[in-house]
Amino acid sequence: MNKIVDIRDLRREFVMGDVVVKALNGISFSVEAGEFVTIMGSSGSGKTTLLNILGCLDKPTSGTYLLDGIEVGTLSRDELATLRNQKIGFVFQSYNLLPRTSALENVELPLMYNPSIGAKERHERAKQALEAVRLSDRIHHLPNQLSGGQQQRVAIARALVNNPVMILADEATGNLDTKTSYDIMSLMQELNHQGKTIVFVTHEPDIAAFSSRTITLRDGKIISDRQNTNVRSARDMLEALQEPK
Amino acid sequence: MNVVNLLRIALRALRRNKMRAFLTMLGVIIGVSAVIAMVAIGQGSKQSIQDQLTSMGSNMITIRPSSRQTIGGGARLEASTLQTLTVKDAEAIASKAPHVSAVSPMVSTRGQVISGSYNWPTTIQGVSAGYLDIRDWELSDGIPFTDDHVRGAAKVCIVGQTIVDNVLPGQDPIGKTIRFNKVPFMIIGRLTQKGENAFGQDQDDIILAPYTTVQKRILAITHVQTIFASAVDQESSEVATEEITEILRANHKLQPNDENDFTVRTQAELISTVSSTSQMLTILLASIAGISLVVGGIGIMNIMYVSVTERTKEIGLRMSIGAKGRDILLQFLTEAILISVTGGIIGVVLGVTVSKLITVFFAWPTLVSEGSVVLAFVVCAITGIFFGYYPALKASRLDPIEALRYE
Ligand SMILES: Nc1ncnc2c1ncn2[C@@H]1O[C@H](COP(=O)(O)OP(=O)(O)OP(=O)(O)O)[C@@H](O)[C@H]1O
Ligand SMILES: [Mg+2]
Repeated sequence: MNKIVDIRDLRREFVMGDVVVKALNGISFSVEAGEFVTIMGSSGSGKTTLLNILGCLDKPTSGTYLLDGIEVGTLSRDELATLRNQKIGFVFQSYNLLPRTSALENVELPLMYNPSIGAKERHERAKQALEAVRLSDRIHHLPNQLSGGQQQRVAIARALVNNPVMILADEATGNLDTKTSYDIMSLMQELNHQGKTIVFVTHEPDIAAFSSRTITLRDGKIISDRQNTNVRSARDMLEALQEPK
Repeated sequence: MNVVNLLRIALRALRRNKMRAFLTMLGVIIGVSAVIAMVAIGQGSKQSIQDQLTSMGSNMITIRPSSRQTIGGGARLEASTLQTLTVKDAEAIASKAPHVSAVSPMVSTRGQVISGSYNWPTTIQGVSAGYLDIRDWELSDGIPFTDDHVRGAAKVCIVGQTIVDNVLPGQDPIGKTIRFNKVPFMIIGRLTQKGENAFGQDQDDIILAPYTTVQKRILAITHVQTIFASAVDQESSEVATEEITEILRANHKLQPNDENDFTVRTQAELISTVSSTSQMLTILLASIAGISLVVGGIGIMNIMYVSVTERTKEIGLRMSIGAKGRDILLQFLTEAILISVTGGIIGVVLGVTVSKLITVFFAWPTLVSEGSVVLAFVVCAITGIFFGYYPALKASRLDPIEALRYE
């Protein structure tokens, strides 16, 4: 099978004066293409740190990281940027949309940094991505004219538009109510069924239940790594919620 | 990243903050338009002074007695009381100097001109027939006096418009007789109107008569006060000056180590003296305006710094989706340059408009030179780059994770 992520004995230490914080303390795992992995763990366990390294925003102190067959540890700052641009789609807890900028332009943004894509193709692909997150009727809306769930869907469209090998989400449902969270998760599942590899950091066990695999961290170490045999459908849950009691 | 995308990114970023972009631009707009308007005022006054001096006859050479002679204890005599120049000098110049095309002696005095019940204080100039050519002066009416009039000391004259307005209001002056210090003169011509000269004197307040007439009938003198000559063309005025000097030295029998008892000045010298004064004025005005341009530039830097801090999260996001440090640097630099260049363009338009309005409303001569427009524009583009660079560099060096976490 095609390994998207392969990490070996990954460590990340932060030096704060005299204290050394071992945010990641020897982590090894791999993610196959098409997997939907959730990463769980209590606050401070190193989830964000791990995701930042997976997303090529940060480099490990030691250990190796192969992303889609590329050894990330030896790359320069600029090469990492290119990798983020072409292989990774980020979804953040706080959406991070550019204010006073239409949904379409927000989604176009990653393609702006890809010199091989012309204006026309950029436009087309941004529209398609918004269609994929069912926001075709909102493409000219500004972020403050959209609900939280809709804003997060714009952010997901932005993560999709570069056709990345992997989508990384850090607490992407953290700011949303249960119903909207399920809506976002059903979208994630849909994308996963279409073949997208997803790594999703979350606090909530019921969100983890929508994924095919859950890795749990504690103090920078993996304490469990389980395949989920009973994957629940977010769409079904959403429909169940909407049924009158 | 290609230039089109870069421009698009920067434009979109500016569009998100139109008001701030405009206010930042305002500093540049004011700076650039001030530079252009100030330089236009300076250049305009310089040009108009030059034009007026040129209109007096650009080949004109003026010969005056000099104060070499002293009386008693070494005090020098006032130039107009000196009597060293004579009609013979003028004639010698006319016949011997090859680069001189026309010569006119001049004697002048002030007095009262009377016609009927009107009277007016004015100046009469006694000149030769060639004087009008030397001064590039034309008649609007009548005829000039001739060499015959000069030889016969005829009581004829040519008058300026101010004389007509004051002593012959509403009348055709040609053929009328006016009295200057009781001497009757028949008006045979009227000068075209010239208005004020660069020094604010009314050039039309004048009567021209044959110098012989003024010498004999009014002043009772035989010397002349000034000799006007005209070089054959502007380039030869220096040669002509040398020729005149030599002729006069010979005429006045000066020894080789004697100082000249006369001065010879060309119009070109006068023009360059006056021009250099107004050039100073232009530089002064431009540097004051230039300071406001620098202040505008500092305004850009200030706003860009604030903007980098305020948009830290945006920078983090851009980096997380693949912007390189250089992309961020170029984006902020482009924003700064767009602000300054757009401000520059508006400033140029405004500056040119203001210059025109100054001319229309205050009747001040202004001259917008291409040089000042180009200079103001280049300076403001450089301002954008210079003051935009450090904030942009700061932005490009942010760490993406920390920038994303920034609240
Ligand atoms: N830039 C940093 N400098 C110093 N220490 C850091 C830094 N980033 C993270 N840490 C430390 O590393 C550890 C892991 O942090 P991390 O943000 O990965 O936790 P997390 O699992 O994402 O927690 P949460 O669920 O609260 O988001 C924490 O102890 C944190 O204090
Ligand atoms: Mg976290």
